[in-house]
Amino acid sequence: MHYSVFKIISEGLKGNTGWKPQWRDPEPRKEYDVVIVGAGGHGLATAYYLAKEFGIRNVAVLEKGWLGSGNIGRNTTIIRSNYLLPGNEPFYEFSMKLWEGLEQDFNYNAMVSQRGIINLYHNDGQQAAYLRRANAMRMAGADSVMLDRDELQKLCPFLDYDNARFPIKGGIMQPRGGTVRHDAVAWGYARGADERGVDIVQNCEVTGFQIKNGVCTGVETSRGPIKAKKVAVCVAGSSSRVMEKAGIRLPIESHVLQAFVSEGLKPTIPGVVTFGAGHFYVSQSDKGGLVFGGDLDGYNTYAQRGGLPVVEDVCEGGMAIMPMIGRARLLRSWGGIMDMSMDGSPFIDHTPVDGLYFNGGWCYGGFKATPASGYCYAHLIAKDEPHEVAAAYRLDRFRRGAMIDEKGMGAQPNLH
Amino acid sequence: MIIDHPLLGPRDSAEFVYLGDACLIERPDWQDENALDAFHDYLYLRDNPAGEHRELWFHEQGDRSWLVVTRNTLTHEITKVELARDVARALGRSK
Ligand SMILES: Cc1cc2nc3c(=O)[nH]c(=O)nc-3n(C[C@H](O)[C@H](O)[C@H](O)COP(=O)(O)OP(=O)(O)OC[C@H]3O[C@@H](n4cnc5c(N)ncnc54)[C@H](O)[C@@H]3O)c2cc1C
Repeated sequence: MHYSVFKIISEGLKGNTGWKPQWRDPEPRKEYDVVIVGAGGHGLATAYYLAKEFGIRNVAVLEKGWLGSGNIGRNTTIIRSNYLLPGNEPFYEFSMKLWEGLEQDFNYNAMVSQRGIINLYHNDGQQAAYLRRANAMRMAGADSVMLDRDELQKLCPFLDYDNARFPIKGGIMQPRGGTVRHDAVAWGYARGADERGVDIVQNCEVTGFQIKNGVCTGVETSRGPIKAKKVAVCVAGSSSRVMEKAGIRLPIESHVLQAFVSEGLKPTIPGVVTFGAGHFYVSQSDKGGLVFGGDLDGYNTYAQRGGLPVVEDVCEGGMAIMPMIGRARLLRSWGGIMDMSMDGSPFIDHTPVDGLYFNGGWCYGGFKATPASGYCYAHLIAKDEPHEVAAAYRLDRFRRGAMIDEKGMGAQPNLH
Repeated sequence: MIIDHPLLGPRDSAEFVYLGDACLIERPDWQDENALDAFHDYLYLRDNPAGEHRELWFHEQGDRSWLVVTRNTLTHEITKVELARDVARALGRSK
């Protein structure tokens, strides 16, 4: 069923009796060409592009809970392509371009809202670093603007510019950055994939892999064994747990990241603003709530909840740049499990097991990557060679000394 | 979380800095034939278990000792706290 404004009007006249479920709830079949493990944003996008762009439609997406129950439904919805390194920036810019055409492409309102993202700087050294980044972004075809204090003040009059410890001197802005309705991304991809024949099987946990002589021929699930020519894992925070069942140890630790939403307020924040002297970022949802977050809790965990010290730290960051936030009441907070990699960058690669593919290590930045990750993963699965913008995301890059360490922190996941 | 420090008693985990899996204590021998592989695995690969995890915490805002904490990554329950020094010595290290 094609969605359009005419459809809404005609359904309105018919008392909204003609809408159909957006996807089927099929029983898993015995065999598929491709089985994708995990119906998060990346798994669903992969299935969508496999079917749409690469003509592979005999595909199942297996999900242990309900689709969209993982991080795709828990993130703070920021999209941007303001990276520095050559291995990353072309990939994220490719993703940004896909975001820009996504709603027309999958005929679904994902509320892609390019209101801009601003990273504040507080001293000269930071300004120089951001200028370098701004140039790197432009060289990869992305957009960037350096804002001085006066220009910034016009956009964000509410910031505490003369804070004694962290005076705000200016910012780097990517006008095409912004936010997207995260759940709708999962739903739109799910609907688009389902329409093209992909089976999305929920409540179906993958419990093991069928591997013989180094070749993966299917998976074991809570709903019985399923054969597949190719098995593609993308389970985000559960990466190590799932890949362990194929005997593969990963350069990944699982950490919790928290997010917060305030009560609804009148429009105050133009886009996304991030603090440059501590870890705090904020945007405003379409319902008016301030959506904000900050650091990881910092220790390995699979419990989808964080602790109070980070709540305090995040709120201190908020108070340091926009004291008015202290007047807003906090409505909700929650946590999601991040697949933090050793250099802060992701993987889209073959594994040492033939027919088994891995996508993960997205850290806290995988939402913005969803379209490109799905597209490049589908490319890898269909053609057995990496897409050019994802060619650096290999599992063996540490062995080759080819880390993609944006922050320059070294092999310590909780610092990325 | 409260970490029951072997010398100082119960301390707030916010006083500590977290490093990661306690396997980092067992640094490979650089002269070994397989040193390259061993160092790759040591530096970059992790078990990352869901359940019991032995991990290194540094008491930065306390006595600056390294601890090996055994903690459940699903429940955050801490079942054992040792001085990393003792763990290393038990493995045959001199310090
Ligand atoms: C609080 C928070 C804020 C964030 N903010 C941002 C942001 O602003 N911008 C940004 O770009 N990124 C952000 N992220 C990161 C982003 O959400 C993730 O990197 C991204 O969603 C991960 O990919 P995914 O959508 O495929 O993961 P998920 O939605 O987690 O999908 C993985 C799926 O695999 C399933 N699964 C696991 N094990 C199995 C199994 N054995 N069998 C079958 N299925 C299984 C899970 O149930 C889950 O549905 C944030 C994350 C969090 C938690």
